[in-house]
Amino acid sequence: MKEEILRDVERAVLTLNVNGEPAQLLVPVHKTLLEVLREDMQLTGTKHGCELGECGTCTVLIDGKPHLSCLVLPIQVEGRAITTVEGMASGSDLDPLQTAFAEIGAAQCGYCTPGILLSARSLLEENPRPSRGEIKEALAGNLCRCTGYTKIVEAIELAAGRMA
Amino acid sequence: MLRLPRFKYLRPRSAREAAGMAAEKGARAMFVAGGTDLYPKLKRRQFEVDTLIGLDFLGHDIRNGSTECVIDAGVTLSAASRDSHLKGGFGGYAEAAGLVSSPPLRNAGTIGGNLCVDTRCNYYDMTYEWRKAAGFCMKKDGDICLVAPSSPRCWAVSSSDTAPMAIALGGVVTLVGLDGERELPVSALYRDDGIEYMAKRPDEVVTSLRLRAEPGLRSAYVKLRRRGSIDFPIAGAAVAARMEGDTIAACRIVLSAVASYPLDAEAACTFLKGRRLDRETVQEAAELAAKPAKPLDNADLSHFWRKRMVRVVVEQALERLSDQPGGFDS
Amino acid sequence: MKVVGKPLPKVDAAPKVTGRAVYADDMLPARTLHCKILRSPHPHARIVSIDTSAARRIPGVLAVITGSDLPVKFGILPVTQDERALEHEKARYVGDPIVAIAATDEEIAAAACDAVAVEYEVLEPVMSIDAALATPKDERIQDYGGPNNVHKFVALEFGDVEGGFARADHVREDVFFYQGNTHLPMEQHSAIATYVDGRVTLWSSTQVVHYVHRALSRVLELPMHRIRVIGAAHGGGFGGKTDPFAHEIIVAKLAMITGRPVKCTLTREEVFYAHRGRHPVLMWVRTGVTHDGRITAMHFRTALDGGAYGSYGVASTFYTGALQPVTYDIPAYRFEGCRVFTNKPPCGPKRGHGTPQPRFGLELHLEKIARDLGLDPVDMKRRNYVKPNTRTVNWLRVTSCGLEECTQRVLEASGFKTRERRPGRGMGFAISSYLSGAGTAIYWNDMPHSEVQIKVDRGGVTAYCGAMDIGQGSDSVLATVVAEELGLQPSDVRLVTADTDTTPIDLGSYSSRVTFMAGNAALEAARKMRELLVQAVAGAGKRYEEVSFEEASVLAEARFGTLTTAGSYTPPKIAGPYKGSGVGPSPAYSYSACVVDLDADARTGLIKVNKVWIAHDVGRAINPLLVEGQVEGSVYMGLGEALMEEQVFRKGLHKWPSMLEYKSPTFLDMPEVETFIVETDDPEGPYGAKEAGQGPLLPVPPAVSAAVYDALGVWIDEVPVTPEKVVEALRRKDKGETPRYGPQRFPAIPYPETIKVDGPVGHQDGTC
Ligand SMILES: Cc1cc2nc3c(=O)[nH]c(=O)nc-3n(C[C@H](O)[C@H](O)[C@H](O)COP(=O)(O)OP(=O)(O)OC[C@H]3O[C@@H](n4cnc5c(N)ncnc54)[C@H](O)[C@@H]3O)c2cc1C
Ligand code: SF4
Ligand code: FES
Ligand code: FES
Repeated sequence: MKEEILRDVERAVLTLNVNGEPAQLLVPVHKTLLEVLREDMQLTGTKHGCELGECGTCTVLIDGKPHLSCLVLPIQVEGRAITTVEGMASGSDLDPLQTAFAEIGAAQCGYCTPGILLSARSLLEENPRPSRGEIKEALAGNLCRCTGYTKIVEAIELAAGRMA
Repeated sequence: MLRLPRFKYLRPRSAREAAGMAAEKGARAMFVAGGTDLYPKLKRRQFEVDTLIGLDFLGHDIRNGSTECVIDAGVTLSAASRDSHLKGGFGGYAEAAGLVSSPPLRNAGTIGGNLCVDTRCNYYDMTYEWRKAAGFCMKKDGDICLVAPSSPRCWAVSSSDTAPMAIALGGVVTLVGLDGERELPVSALYRDDGIEYMAKRPDEVVTSLRLRAEPGLRSAYVKLRRRGSIDFPIAGAAVAARMEGDTIAACRIVLSAVASYPLDAEAACTFLKGRRLDRETVQEAAELAAKPAKPLDNADLSHFWRKRMVRVVVEQALERLSDQPGGFDS
Repeated sequence: MKVVGKPLPKVDAAPKVTGRAVYADDMLPARTLHCKILRSPHPHARIVSIDTSAARRIPGVLAVITGSDLPVKFGILPVTQDERALEHEKARYVGDPIVAIAATDEEIAAAACDAVAVEYEVLEPVMSIDAALATPKDERIQDYGGPNNVHKFVALEFGDVEGGFARADHVREDVFFYQGNTHLPMEQHSAIATYVDGRVTLWSSTQVVHYVHRALSRVLELPMHRIRVIGAAHGGGFGGKTDPFAHEIIVAKLAMITGRPVKCTLTREEVFYAHRGRHPVLMWVRTGVTHDGRITAMHFRTALDGGAYGSYGVASTFYTGALQPVTYDIPAYRFEGCRVFTNKPPCGPKRGHGTPQPRFGLELHLEKIARDLGLDPVDMKRRNYVKPNTRTVNWLRVTSCGLEECTQRVLEASGFKTRERRPGRGMGFAISSYLSGAGTAIYWNDMPHSEVQIKVDRGGVTAYCGAMDIGQGSDSVLATVVAEELGLQPSDVRLVTADTDTTPIDLGSYSSRVTFMAGNAALEAARKMRELLVQAVAGAGKRYEEVSFEEASVLAEARFGTLTTAGSYTPPKIAGPYKGSGVGPSPAYSYSACVVDLDADARTGLIKVNKVWIAHDVGRAINPLLVEGQVEGSVYMGLGEALMEEQVFRKGLHKWPSMLEYKSPTFLDMPEVETFIVETDDPEGPYGAKEAGQGPLLPVPPAVSAAVYDALGVWIDEVPVTPEKVVEALRRKDKGETPRYGPQRFPAIPYPETIKVDGPVGHQDGTC
């Protein structure tokens, strides 16, 4: 622990594809995607609750699939499509999931919301009409302390219904 | 924010190259595949390394032949859990992969990493600051065991979900090291030691897992954990059996999370051979299987209860076998 | 009404679903320094010396401070100013802050913490209620309070308790234990401060902007007008961000020293140390009843494991005895409470503050009494329900009360009375009540508890209020009230909230007070504004309803000049005539009833909750979506506490300060919840509204335990109800022992003599 800070930092020049835009970055290789998104790209919509893979708050999509950005090195995902909550809306039109979450109160404090929205988006892309059980299975890695999940499940059903 | 320590990231293009790097760097370097086990542990300073050797070159295919199925070590747990060949021929394996932690974690965690996942203990899987306050233990930075202070060894728990299943199915891994390639049954991959838990050489990369298909093969995995998701197993039973009609021609039961390695329940298997899976047989077999399990007070819930539950998960797994259609490709 | 009662989206929904909402940790102004805190590795130790010289030498370290830089003590309650931002004399729990370091990045700050050398003289830690009641081996944890490590005693008696027991046909005693647990907000606490032109500005994830403001002023020794506290977007509190915290004071001090923005975001592990969560409470209760189950007297004793500091503990102690008579008509009542100090992170208020524990004990105790008497537990409880518009024996004023209606709704919907009987399946029923805001402020004063200003000008309407939206929707309630009065939509109302420079005071988001108090303040301000607008429009010969809002505001501004109005709310003075009567009174009480349906496996002890029905008397739902959200969230948290969440310690330290090992239910662990909103139209609530954020948690744990008894015939008299406890209780049952798992005894506690208080004359018959 003590001496590691004195070690050289290895940096990498990376091109990350975030929300469809290429971003050139020079980052220390040991910075996680979560840190790079929030601290180097100011994409602070991606939140964190543990940084250990235990809560799902930091979920982003990589090639359309939910991943825990606190456990991803940018160098491992160069060239892959990264989607954060900032990339969900098209222009000023919200994603149907965002609209549904807003409408029925599925975001209380809103802290778990970005990660949950992205997990839900990935689910609906794969399975446009999921059952309640399938929704719960797909979202089981995302914790929320406010809502008791009830309104979240309802909002996903609402969005799925509208997108169909 | 908990952060990773500083390290160099090497990107070999082949397993041979990776092995060479590992041999050269020694204990200061580690392989990383999905990173879902390694990164949290690095953030908690459970390993001190200055170099990571990325295994991004590992294949991502599941190849299904007529007599075997070869799964590249780079296949993610979610891909393995959804693969139709695996679900059909090796249901228990797909099940085990699908029960690891949570959906987003399974999208990154690999099957190779799951075979090599570090043993766990709730005195050890803690931050540096916590471990410092508790007093370091012999697995990292200290010299005693906090769970069993009089013990000369570490009792950290093997917590992989797929390793027991791979053993039950008679799986074989391909290892690539400095001296070339070799094959090793998964059962020979582990040691009964919480610290030196792997029997392979540190420079060897697991490149694939091979499962042999057999007619009448059935398998099931039952995992016990507190919540429906995220949690590691606190007991688990992997069962594979070759059925002839409704009698058991051969079977293997392997337990997860009750020892420092996946625990083979041989006595139960000997007992089951040639028998039909009726209620009494299942119960008796489960009793036999549970006997060698010795959970200690270093995982969730009390070890008394976990010990009691071993029988239950074995029974459940055996029951699941009996109401399953069998056979490769069926 | 046009907008009140409508399921409208929250006014702050858009920033939350787009990721635009700015939480404290999202802020990163130029030149921000990062702060890390070195914490004590010992549960109890004297600090002999602190050597920071090596840390100061590390390049990138800009400031290192210790307790001698921040010596002034603080604490949320005026009577327990016992905390320091950094301790330099003594560490009282693993995690107690000792040294703080500001550096150019977090890694450097962490490395610098590791380079600090602290010499400790280790003292014997006190880790249990029993140990705290005994003579300390080395020394006591705090130097104030009762004997040994007792922090606070309460001993009160209302009415003729002895006579009540003498009159009883049956008397029963039980002991219960409620394990401690924590809030676990998804957002880790975070604060960032700047120091510009001699003024401190702090953005923090707090529920109590005003109390943080006061604490900063006290510890930094700066006048309040030189400090500005702003509530950042809030990632969940549940009571866990209701104290002023060390890191908030530390970043302000470090900003003053360095002249640069300084940020500190706690790690998840540190959040477990900040804690202020549910007190572990051991309870003993004795009740006398008549043959038909009418309560004649009750004696309730509690022992709270408070952790190392006071926090809200004095209030928590009172709360463990205050609300029993608010649901059941108890004609004579004695309460003895005791809080002890232990070497653990301090406990404080978590959703339901001090009342879920006695509620758990009380509900199960009454279940057992009913069974003793051969009565149906639900019927017996109902026979004792309080009536609306009464005063309890401990002088609490009950106004609206929908207990009976709540009960009917859940019994009917769940089919409780006609439930199918099969082994392993059970249903449990329980009720509860909670305050709509504490009737007294935390520090003694006669000022309003909430104030709202409204400004109307050419651009529209803006409402200003100190209230802090922590996700519960208080911003939406403010906007809805103003919109309703002015004939607008909530989304038309701009809000400025939770900023001590620009908004008038609100005491904070705790004790379920915001809708009631800020709502009433907003109502007053809005009605005054409407009056001005109506007058001006009438002056032009028109009616307010006929003209556009724009036209009305132009007419009014032309006539009156700048248009601002203000409203405020001060709770009525309704506390009883005795010392300690300040804890418990509330302008109104919410009521809930709940039925839990579960399957419990006799072999494994595993429990699967199938469904929860819950009815909540919220007075009036200003926004039913928000109310449902609060109820569902409360049920979730109640189930977590009932089944898995526990803050446990081993060898002096927190056993599992992580989100993996501290079990919070996932999507797959949450059953279906059916919520019924019951409206009783409270005479003093805004549009009749009462609270919804805490009360519905309370009946869930006892209903779970009652359902386990229904399913398996064993009592689990403590939470969490884990499978190992169920299995153990069943083993005892099979052996012919008492079919029960729970504490065996209540310790001998040297409670002081009770203060005897006469109950209000004619309580319960509506004449007082
Ligand atoms: C919150 C949480 C919950 C979890 N729950 C579970 C669970 O329920 N069940 C479970 O089994 N696991 C669980 N895990 C552990 C882990 O995520 C999985 O085991 C995963 O499969 C590891 O794969 P990986 O590719 O991410 O491994 P990595 O983290 O990349 O590597 C793990 C270890 O294996 C080595 N390694 C990886 N690949 C190879 C290879 N091909 N050859 C040689 N060595 C290799 C690495 O050097 C490292 O020591 C959990 C982890 C977390 C953080
Ligand atoms: S079993 Fe003992 S030695 Fe091994 S990790 Fe746990 S405490 Fe350390
Ligand atoms: S921050 Fe909790 S899983 Fe990544
Ligand atoms: S809305 Fe607050 S944590 Fe989910």
